[in-house]
Amino acid sequence: MPRPKLTSILLPALAGALFIAIWHFIRVSLSDDFRFLLPAPTEVIAAFREQGDELWRATLNTTAGATLGFLTAVAVSFTLSLLLSLSPLVRVTFYPYLMLLQMTPIIVFAPILVLWVGPGLKSVTIITFLICFFPLAVNTTQGLVSTDRNLVELFQLYRATKFQEIRRLRIPAALPYFFTGLRIAATLAPIGALVGDYTAGSSAGDGGGLGFQTIIYSSQAKYPALFATAAACCALGFIFVAGVLSLSWFSLHKWHDSYERADT
Amino acid sequence: MSSAVTANLSAKASPAVEFRSVEKRYGQGPVILDAFSLTAAPGDFIALIGPSGCGKSTLLKLIAGLSPVTQGELIFSTSSAQTQLAATASSNRDELAYVFQEPTLLPWLTVAQNVALPLDLRATPATERNELVQAALALVGLTPRTDYYPRQLSGGQKMRVSIARALVRSPQILLLDEPFGALDEMTRDHLNEELLAIRERQSWTAFFVTHSVAEAVFLANRIIIMSANPGRLHREIRVDLPYPRTPATRRDPAYHRLVDEVSQLLRSIEEPATASSAP
Repeated sequence: MPRPKLTSILLPALAGALFIAIWHFIRVSLSDDFRFLLPAPTEVIAAFREQGDELWRATLNTTAGATLGFLTAVAVSFTLSLLLSLSPLVRVTFYPYLMLLQMTPIIVFAPILVLWVGPGLKSVTIITFLICFFPLAVNTTQGLVSTDRNLVELFQLYRATKFQEIRRLRIPAALPYFFTGLRIAATLAPIGALVGDYTAGSSAGDGGGLGFQTIIYSSQAKYPALFATAAACCALGFIFVAGVLSLSWFSLHKWHDSYERADT
Repeated sequence: MSSAVTANLSAKASPAVEFRSVEKRYGQGPVILDAFSLTAAPGDFIALIGPSGCGKSTLLKLIAGLSPVTQGELIFSTSSAQTQLAATASSNRDELAYVFQEPTLLPWLTVAQNVALPLDLRATPATERNELVQAALALVGLTPRTDYYPRQLSGGQKMRVSIARALVRSPQILLLDEPFGALDEMTRDHLNEELLAIRERQSWTAFFVTHSVAEAVFLANRIIIMSANPGRLHREIRVDLPYPRTPATRRDPAYHRLVDEVSQLLRSIEEPATASSAP
């Protein structure tokens, strides 16, 4: 990856330090009655120490739900996109619903999912799957049908089989679109798992994830722990997005224009 | 390049292509090509020139089999075997290559991988494949760029890769659809010379669509001037300038006379057309 410049590390670090300083200043200036509304940065760190085991377990559970849902969404959406791209008839029939379902707030299905499969990891995985699925399917399908007409003719001219056309032309050409979908899905997966857990989480068995922990901490008025939960979810999201961005970089940087460097 | 590969690239006999009053229309649309007859002898370099809408590119698509003939016959005959096959038969089109207006390279493949594509699509053994690719790259002078990706190349270099890809399977028929139209004049002249130099080493029958009269005269031994709406063969001009042609050919008075003659013929086609379309 291109080596980051010193300023691109230093400046964000300074901004972060400034933000924490302002946070601390506001906290100090609040009267004693209202201090509980905004925990100090140090209190949040302390919450990480005190609730550490609990938070770690919850984070692992949410990670499991997010990862399982995300990976299933990638596999299923890719297969479906291939089918949609192969048959214009199938595409015309189902593509509008794909778009429509993308607009649907999946979370309203959470209660019914709980009835179907029970609360906990299964529900969370399915909710994450549904949330990640549509942006992936829409983008990948778009990519698979947007292949350059001239290149398709070239393959026809050389009597490529349909399989060769898909493997050597349509799939590689769709990769940039696929990664666009993957980036969207990567930001949605941890949020999906958290929100899914918030509505369909359970203390039984695995002990719930970050969403379930949010409910517990707010009912116990453990506000510093709530901030710690948010930070944990944030870190999880960062890992997801960073993972997808690196994967995208490895697959595309050599040839795709979005990674064009001045030295090539 | 090894001499064995050179032999391999040029060993095959060229087939002739014959159009017998071919008509082409797309669906119920207007007639694109009307009563078109033309016989291309093996080794002919035929330039197709004419106003837009005269069906030059359609002609190439018919030969390539990318689109079917509406009426009439398109016949390929291999001179060695004297076999005649109907236009619908596909086997006779196997040794046919197309160079598009755009380089149409796969951006995720390197130069060598792009050139190897026609071979890979038919599972050619690795050693043979690599030899053929190296030979084709040497023909267009791109050996030092083997591992580059298309985006790292200039427009002229991309076109060279496209030509190397077309030549790698030793085609008997080479179809070129304005391949150098997007390039600057210097690069275009240079690639014209290279194309003729390659022709000295490989034998193919070429159909070359162009808008440039100078390019047509420099490259072809036959120039087919076409008129539009519907596309018809207007006139054929034979170019008797001897091969090999070099930059010196462009200073030959005979070359200039031919350029003038073809230009005037083209003007005579285009002027009545604009006059008749006026209110």
